[in-house]
Amino acid sequence: MATTTSAPPPTWGQRVSEQGLPIAVVLLFTLALWYALTVYLNAPGAIERVLEPQGPWTWQDLVAATMTVQRPVLPAPHQVALDLYSSLVDWPVTSPRNLLFHVAVTGESTLVGFVMGTLLGLVLSVCIVHSRTLDKALLPWIVASQSIPVLAIAPIVLVILGTMGFSGVAPKAVIAMYLCFFPVTVAMVQGLRSPQVIETEMMHTYAATRWQALWMLRLPAALPFLFPALRVGIAAGLVGAMVAELPTGAQAGLGARLLTGSYYGQTVQIWSALVMSAFVGLALTAAMGALEALVLGKRRQV
Amino acid sequence: MTASPAPSPTSVPAVEVRKASLIYNPHQAPVHALADIDLTIAPGEFVSLIGPSGCGKTTLLRVIADLEHITSGTVQVNGVSPHEARLARAYGYVFQAPALFAWRTVLGNVKLPLQIQGKSAAQCDAIAREQLERVGLSGFENKYPWQLSGGMQQRASIARALSFEPRILMMDEPFGALDEITRDRLNEQLQQLWQRERRTVVFVTHSIAEAVYLSTRIVVMSPRPGRIVRVIDSTLPDERHLGLRDSPEFMDMAHQVREALADGHHD
Repeated sequence: MATTTSAPPPTWGQRVSEQGLPIAVVLLFTLALWYALTVYLNAPGAIERVLEPQGPWTWQDLVAATMTVQRPVLPAPHQVALDLYSSLVDWPVTSPRNLLFHVAVTGESTLVGFVMGTLLGLVLSVCIVHSRTLDKALLPWIVASQSIPVLAIAPIVLVILGTMGFSGVAPKAVIAMYLCFFPVTVAMVQGLRSPQVIETEMMHTYAATRWQALWMLRLPAALPFLFPALRVGIAAGLVGAMVAELPTGAQAGLGARLLTGSYYGQTVQIWSALVMSAFVGLALTAAMGALEALVLGKRRQV
Repeated sequence: MTASPAPSPTSVPAVEVRKASLIYNPHQAPVHALADIDLTIAPGEFVSLIGPSGCGKTTLLRVIADLEHITSGTVQVNGVSPHEARLARAYGYVFQAPALFAWRTVLGNVKLPLQIQGKSAAQCDAIAREQLERVGLSGFENKYPWQLSGGMQQRASIARALSFEPRILMMDEPFGALDEITRDRLNEQLQQLWQRERRTVVFVTHSIAEAVYLSTRIVVMSPRPGRIVRVIDSTLPDERHLGLRDSPEFMDMAHQVREALADGHHD
């Protein structure tokens, strides 16, 4: 927060060498390990199903076979990349074969759930901060709610909301909300209580109402606490939305794609969906980071 | 209670404290923070409360400002209770630390009390700019607090306390955290501000020089229990400059205050 302002901003070259290099090294290492694992894990299957029937084989044949075998235990990185690429390029966005179609479905319930969860978290935190009774009554339940595995709650929520006539986005968004509201509530309770005594007393001497103190002091003071929670919350919301797609046997969505992939042993498809959901998660958290920079960019600690 | 029209400011004391005591923890281990305080401050006076730490000078100021409550006695501000005076925005309070909001510009910080009072955006802006000019911060309106020096931050907080033109200004060791050079300059500016506007000022300090230089009356306090040992009327002329501090009159005043502090200590 209190960095010196005199240092010039780093150039692109400096940024790449300072931040990019370590990331690139880890990436290369991961890819090498992945390829090694691909060969190791797929070798038994490749020998049994591809090489043995054809007669004598060399280790080059083995390596090649581990990367082309049907339904590999672990597909090679380039197979996943190609599958991902072809799903994006070879099919229209409206087709279930295109991953972006599933991204849109999951993204919708993630975002709706995230907005609902954030609003719920904000309302709960304001109630908790303003009422000692609610603080004592609500907080233990909120904490307890998070110790129930989302996988156990999801089918119940889906069934109950289903009988009430809610289907489609709503039940999935509710489960995303269930994971989102918690980090927001906890961070906002802390943030709304972060103003110093002197700041609170100052508002008191101006005869500010509770709402004015909330709006002009507590909320702005809580923003630096809110944004990290939003980053965690939106990533958790994505998990919730994907988990919610599993018990319904949903036709669409990244979670459904993972499920159908595992039904049919389509490991490449599973991995494509997994990589895609990782990208979506990264994009969503990055968006929150950008929002934070936009809102808090000018602020420094006094 | 206050249905009768407000009496004219000259006839009613700005602050009237009668037999006020404040006891913390009255049942287990009572601490007499204030004992039998009697003090009347007329409108337009500059009164300093001085004494060693624990003498209750800040507590007394906080009682007058409705930030703490006495256990017995009466306190009136502009003829009403501190609570009513606070709700009527009778006073501006300057804390030890500037307490500027990091997310607001200097101008935005000075606007704060005006916005709380529901003034229009244009009014807030005009008044805040004028107030910043009065404390010599024109040109810094759009800076953020961290871009200002400690002295400038405290000046901004004074502008904020004065923005809604309260009749009383209460200051709790406002320059205590600043270096001596900055402190001297701010003392001079505060003196000039009081000269121009003759607002009632209640000023808490532990600096003898500051108290003597600024005040028309000095209230010397002593700890355990917190009480007033002596009230010294200043013999210095109203018009003051920093050079005055080397004059014999100033030395004599400072000597009186020091004596009173020593008496309080030996009691």
